[in-house]
Amino acid sequence: MVSHSCANNTFLFWFSNEHSNFRLAEMEALFKYFQLDRAILDRRKAKGPFVLMDFPDESGPRKLMSKTVLAHSCYELWASGVALEDLHENMKLNLHLVAPFVDDSFQFRVDTYGKTLTHKEKLPLIDTFEYMPLDGKVDLKTPELSLHLIQFFGMDPNRVPEYPYQQYFGRWLFDGQRRLVSKINLKDRKFIGNTSMDPLLSLLMANLALVKPNDIVLDPFVGTGSLLVASALMNAYVVGSDIDYLMVHAKTSSSRARQKKRASDESIRANLKQYGVENQYLDVVVADASRPLWKDDFKFDAIITDPPYGIREPTEKIGTSRQSPDYKIKEEHLALHIPSKISYTLQDIFSDLLNYSSKKLNIGGRLVLWIPISRTEYDEDKLPRNPALALVSNCEQTLTSTASRRLLVYEKIKEPTESCTTVLDGSALMYRFKFFEVDPTTHRRARKAKSVQEFGKSSKRGQQQSS
Amino acid sequence: MKLFTHNMLTSKMIKNVKVGYPLKLNAAEVKVTPSEFRSTYVSRMLPKIDWGVLYEATQSIGHAEAIPSSISDDYEKNEDFLRKAHHALFEIEVINGEMICPETGRKFPIKDGIPNMLVNEDEVN
Ligand SMILES: C[S@@+](CC[C@H](N)C(=O)[O-])C[C@H]1O[C@@H](n2cnc3c(N)ncnc32)[C@H](O)[C@@H]1O
Repeated sequence: MVSHSCANNTFLFWFSNEHSNFRLAEMEALFKYFQLDRAILDRRKAKGPFVLMDFPDESGPRKLMSKTVLAHSCYELWASGVALEDLHENMKLNLHLVAPFVDDSFQFRVDTYGKTLTHKEKLPLIDTFEYMPLDGKVDLKTPELSLHLIQFFGMDPNRVPEYPYQQYFGRWLFDGQRRLVSKINLKDRKFIGNTSMDPLLSLLMANLALVKPNDIVLDPFVGTGSLLVASALMNAYVVGSDIDYLMVHAKTSSSRARQKKRASDESIRANLKQYGVENQYLDVVVADASRPLWKDDFKFDAIITDPPYGIREPTEKIGTSRQSPDYKIKEEHLALHIPSKISYTLQDIFSDLLNYSSKKLNIGGRLVLWIPISRTEYDEDKLPRNPALALVSNCEQTLTSTASRRLLVYEKIKEPTESCTTVLDGSALMYRFKFFEVDPTTHRRARKAKSVQEFGKSSKRGQQQSS
Repeated sequence: MKLFTHNMLTSKMIKNVKVGYPLKLNAAEVKVTPSEFRSTYVSRMLPKIDWGVLYEATQSIGHAEAIPSSISDDYEKNEDFLRKAHHALFEIEVINGEMICPETGRKFPIKDGIPNMLVNEDEVN
């Protein structure tokens, strides 16, 4: 394709390979966050990892790149073409674009996707740009103008073509927030556990939740607090709760390979401190998410969470299967008593979470969560629904051929009435992550058997205990 | 635990408890951790705060002088007041102590700054 009027308002966004399923969802959220014209996104053109969008100027792209964790760089597009000659023909019609930069120090780079070129192969390509009216000096370290020829060799590593399928040429503008992703890597993080969420996905969840400065964000299944880290980095204030006393107190055994004992100063708060955002820490509380905890008129701006699936952590809540209503723990046992827990079915976890969020979010506030799904049983209609919450995005991350987890985003659209209960068809929930079973104790096996029994049962849970 | 959090917590998870608020606060150890003051944030927070409960809490843990007993009408423009509110809500922390359910007397320990709001299986529905 030779586009003859490559106006200077086309911008090229280069996305990373991973998590391509989440690209559109993140962009939709960022367009909403910055109140950008949604039509721009709808008119986008995509090819492999590249997305072209037209903006009136670079302020929109700058905003998007200031938050995205999925796009790694953004360019003002100057020319494009399938063959290099076409691209040059196109560029020669657009030489006016160079005018503001003639005296700038500059560099040329060749970037490829789907094929690796040697330095020796790249040089002659750069030489073909000789005609560009650039008077500044070459500066490979900190150039004022960075020009990139980007060649796309397709997505199939087994069928790499000799010539690129598409070539783009433009001026580098911004990088995305990949640096933030590496800044909060788990390897160097003070307090982690085997449930800590991947840094990129944590930040993505905060973006999807439209987290903004001074928001109050809750994670009711906080674990090691990795989701709080992401929101705190966006200058929100964060609150968490978890049923696991030892986890919240960072006293569980260490998940690091060569370290048995945790350091005494490990904590969720220490993580925020490590990243310079201790100010954003409100509190974490030991509490059962299936029970009311916060006062009614206290609302959150976002609820971002990764509920337990029973894979690496228990799905439990406080309770007993003893039927007697006046069952009481004997006085002499009270001091040392550890609350007994009953299995908390996935269906109840998600029903409770949606009921709870429908009450505890501000209008417009978002609930972002992961849900384990059986791919063979999945149907969008089976996902949890609540009349007060609109499902605004739903993306799959496949784990195995039969199991995946979905990242769901709900937005509160109204205050719930008494009849606003969550409906969910549990048959699509993944109860049995066979591939992930590391150390199934008999106890756990018994619990699994029980949830298998409930497999397929559809639930309607009321609001009785979920404010 | 910050007094902000105390202002939000209830003991409604206990069976037959109607309101479960405010929780009575006893502190064995209190610490003041300075944190950045953001006036817009504090004034946005204040409508969510039960001022009487906050005042009571400061009294009960030995920070009686921290805030005035009633909320200032013009607090949005009153930086001195907002700073005091910020201090009471976000800087005074209970490290060790307990909270007590107003209806049942049930105690919730606070240890290393973290409240334990778990109740036993015979206390829930
Ligand atoms: C998938 S993990 C969350 C991990 C967390 N995102 C992190 O960064 O470590 C789920 C957490 O839910 C907790 N949990 C399980 N049942 C619970 C309940 N009924 N109430 C509150 N937390 C619960 C577990 O202790 C576990 O820490």
